[in-house]
Amino acid sequence: MRLVTNRGVGGIVLAGVALLLTSLLLAPAAYAEEEINPLPFEASTGNTASLQRGARDYMAYCSGCHSLKYLRYSRMGQDLGISDELLKQNLIFGAAKVGDPVLTAMPAQSEQWFGRIPPDLSLETKARGADWVYSYLMGFYLDSSRPLGVNNLYLPGVSMPAVLGELQGWQVKVEPAKGSAPAEDELPLKLVQAGSMTPEEYKAFVTDLTNFLTYTAEPVQQERVSTGWHVIFYLVFLLLPLTYLLKKEFWRDVH
Amino acid sequence: MAIIPNPHKTTGFLGWIDDRFPATKLWKDHLSEYYAPKNFNFWYYFGSLALLVLVNQLLTGIFLTMQYKPGAETAFDSVQYIMRDVSWGWLIRYLHATGASAFFLVVYMHMFRGLLYGSHRKPRELVWIFGALIFLALMAEAFCGYVLPWGNMSYWGAEVIISLFGTIPYVGDALQTWIQGDFNPADATLNRLFSLHVVALPFVLVGLVVAHLIALHEVGSNNPDGIEIKKNKDPVTHIPLDGIPFHPYYTVKDIVGVTVFLIIFSAVIFFAPDGGGYVLEKPNYIPANPQVTPEEITPAWYFGVFYAMLRAVPSFAGTQIWGVIVMFGAVVVLFFLPWLDRSPVKSIRYKGPMFKILVVLFAIDFIILNYLGMHKPSPERTLVARIGTLYYFFFFLGMPIYSKLGSTKPEPQRVTA
Amino acid sequence: MSNEGVDGNRRRFLTAATSVVGAGGTLAVIWPFLASLKPSAKAQALGAPVAADIAKIEEGQQVTFVWRGSSIWVLKRSKEMVDNLAKGASVLADPNSEISRQPDYCKNDHRSIKPEYLVMNGKCTHLGCSPKLRPDHPDPAIDPNWLGGYFCPCHGSKYDLAGRVYSGQPAPKNMEVPPHRYASDTLVIIGEDQKA
Repeated sequence: MRLVTNRGVGGIVLAGVALLLTSLLLAPAAYAEEEINPLPFEASTGNTASLQRGARDYMAYCSGCHSLKYLRYSRMGQDLGISDELLKQNLIFGAAKVGDPVLTAMPAQSEQWFGRIPPDLSLETKARGADWVYSYLMGFYLDSSRPLGVNNLYLPGVSMPAVLGELQGWQVKVEPAKGSAPAEDELPLKLVQAGSMTPEEYKAFVTDLTNFLTYTAEPVQQERVSTGWHVIFYLVFLLLPLTYLLKKEFWRDVH
Repeated sequence: MAIIPNPHKTTGFLGWIDDRFPATKLWKDHLSEYYAPKNFNFWYYFGSLALLVLVNQLLTGIFLTMQYKPGAETAFDSVQYIMRDVSWGWLIRYLHATGASAFFLVVYMHMFRGLLYGSHRKPRELVWIFGALIFLALMAEAFCGYVLPWGNMSYWGAEVIISLFGTIPYVGDALQTWIQGDFNPADATLNRLFSLHVVALPFVLVGLVVAHLIALHEVGSNNPDGIEIKKNKDPVTHIPLDGIPFHPYYTVKDIVGVTVFLIIFSAVIFFAPDGGGYVLEKPNYIPANPQVTPEEITPAWYFGVFYAMLRAVPSFAGTQIWGVIVMFGAVVVLFFLPWLDRSPVKSIRYKGPMFKILVVLFAIDFIILNYLGMHKPSPERTLVARIGTLYYFFFFLGMPIYSKLGSTKPEPQRVTA
Repeated sequence: MSNEGVDGNRRRFLTAATSVVGAGGTLAVIWPFLASLKPSAKAQALGAPVAADIAKIEEGQQVTFVWRGSSIWVLKRSKEMVDNLAKGASVLADPNSEISRQPDYCKNDHRSIKPEYLVMNGKCTHLGCSPKLRPDHPDPAIDPNWLGGYFCPCHGSKYDLAGRVYSGQPAPKNMEVPPHRYASDTLVIIGEDQKA
């Protein structure tokens, strides 16, 4: 079968496109802001134990201010293997029913306290990326120029207080050492006062939390992927061979 | 009262129908006795694929409309309602969102095929023009649909696109306000775009697709050799010697193409439904916020070429309308292609090296412009976009001259494999 | 084009096999579309069981609660009302609730868990109108032998005070009793079955 001509115009197109795209990608955009790259992070929503810990920690540390208004407690219980009784005992605060979404009881003055209403986090990892959320939670540091005394590498001028500072400890910003490029998974921050967790424990804590938020952004994720394998199996191993053989059989007529 | 028997000599239930409605006639005219050239290649899958994607969009759209609530206060929430609370709602929505991208991919391939093999040339000018109208309607349909989730990209996309109308001198501001039905994109805007998206434009699209196919089946399909198979008919049966019935030969062949397409389509839907941020953009997971423009406001990937042209043209004489004119001109010029092409042969196979080089450059130019439209501008990139825009128009407007120049090879009498 | 050397069997087999596999795939695609029309998780959450406080209902009084959008009546019947249920049994279409819808634990003479409390979905089994409570008797305008009951204003169906339909009425069955249980003497959970 000839695609265009015998002379491989297609090949020339591909080579040309590849060359030009590479040169474009390498050319830096002049207006690109100096942003710090998020730490490398791969969310794992298949790790139910991590999601359960993340759910517990979210309810303990975050849900006071941040709602998950698109997630129902019952859905979370179903997906994370938590019974209704356990949900009621451990995760649902206040008068919410099992079928209700995860809302907060933030008083109306919150906007005055923080300068803005704490955002809903149902879709946060979809909007910013799981790696950003992970990095943000790692990136608080002491900054006396800010009203709350803290700032964040990933959200300069952050209005959220460092709620997790007790756990992580307190960090200060340091200039990266000259001459040596900083490691990919290290932030230009230094711990000056230890928290109740070791750095490893805190990393695991933030990992659980980010995994949980990745789950909340798309609760159907696990089901989607497993359905996908069935569909691909059907198409590749059942339908494609049959339709291919059928085509070949009929086209034996065509000379 | 006797009815004149139908010419197909069908009996029974089908006969009863055929005496009153041309069921068998339609089947024969468009499938079992529609003779298509036997040398269709890879590029010829995209027509039937476009039809498949259209059906997908219509079906999933009907079911989404049952759950979606237009309105600035309700739209974003109702999309998440579909994604989470409605059984299988996520699948229907991903099918629709990915389907929109697939539609453009397939249609771009389909149009490029026409360009390569001269499918726009006499006697298929109307087939091409109906096709260009479909493309135009599709762009409008896609834009309206893009706004419906009312995320932050939806909102600012609506702002930017409707502002294009605001660039028209004298009447622009009033026109823009009238289109929006408010002083900024708002509830009223969303509702009218919803109406266009689910009622008006689908009607137009389906009507144009029917016209496209009727025109095609009137004149017959082109083929990679660009010669008319109707010139060589069997003296007894009057069937083109190089023609084969569309059904069963091309139905079974297209089903293979459909299966391969579905494998790729499913892989995106089930394993990467955001399409790396190109099918569903990150900022659109944030509800519309009229106070905050997303850091990088880029169009949907399939509008990259046109957006790059819009940005490439500087404002001049106190108005930015020139970019808008160039952008619309890039679509309008397609309508004239049948008359711009003056080459003595239709297919690229028999054209000289000059056209081959120019068309390869055009494909590269198209991809580069698309890339530039989707990424932040810089002075160097703007320069590239300007050169690219000039080349785009040179390719079409220079065609009456260059298509007559240079050597061509003789067309064969019969199709080649 | 020619047909020499065509293996008709192979062709028929492949056509059939592809059709069957393709039809299977098509059915699998249709399913999610139909399933999307079921009550959503939101509707299910809003349709969760309802707690009905019946402490303040007086004898002969009926209070309406809403469960899944339906009006659920709780009628506190007097001793006389309960006693009258047996007297009118001969004029009823389904006195033993054989063909009517109620939980098994309410398939008895008074169609309830406790004889005095009737918990019932207030919807006529004919075409879904809401019957009126007409406890006073005799009432020859409704029926010469009226012992108190429900009367549907739409098409005139008559029910007794256990929601059992009179025979010869447009409505075919007794009114439906929803699943319910007593969490305490004064609190009824509508929508949850009594545990065995």
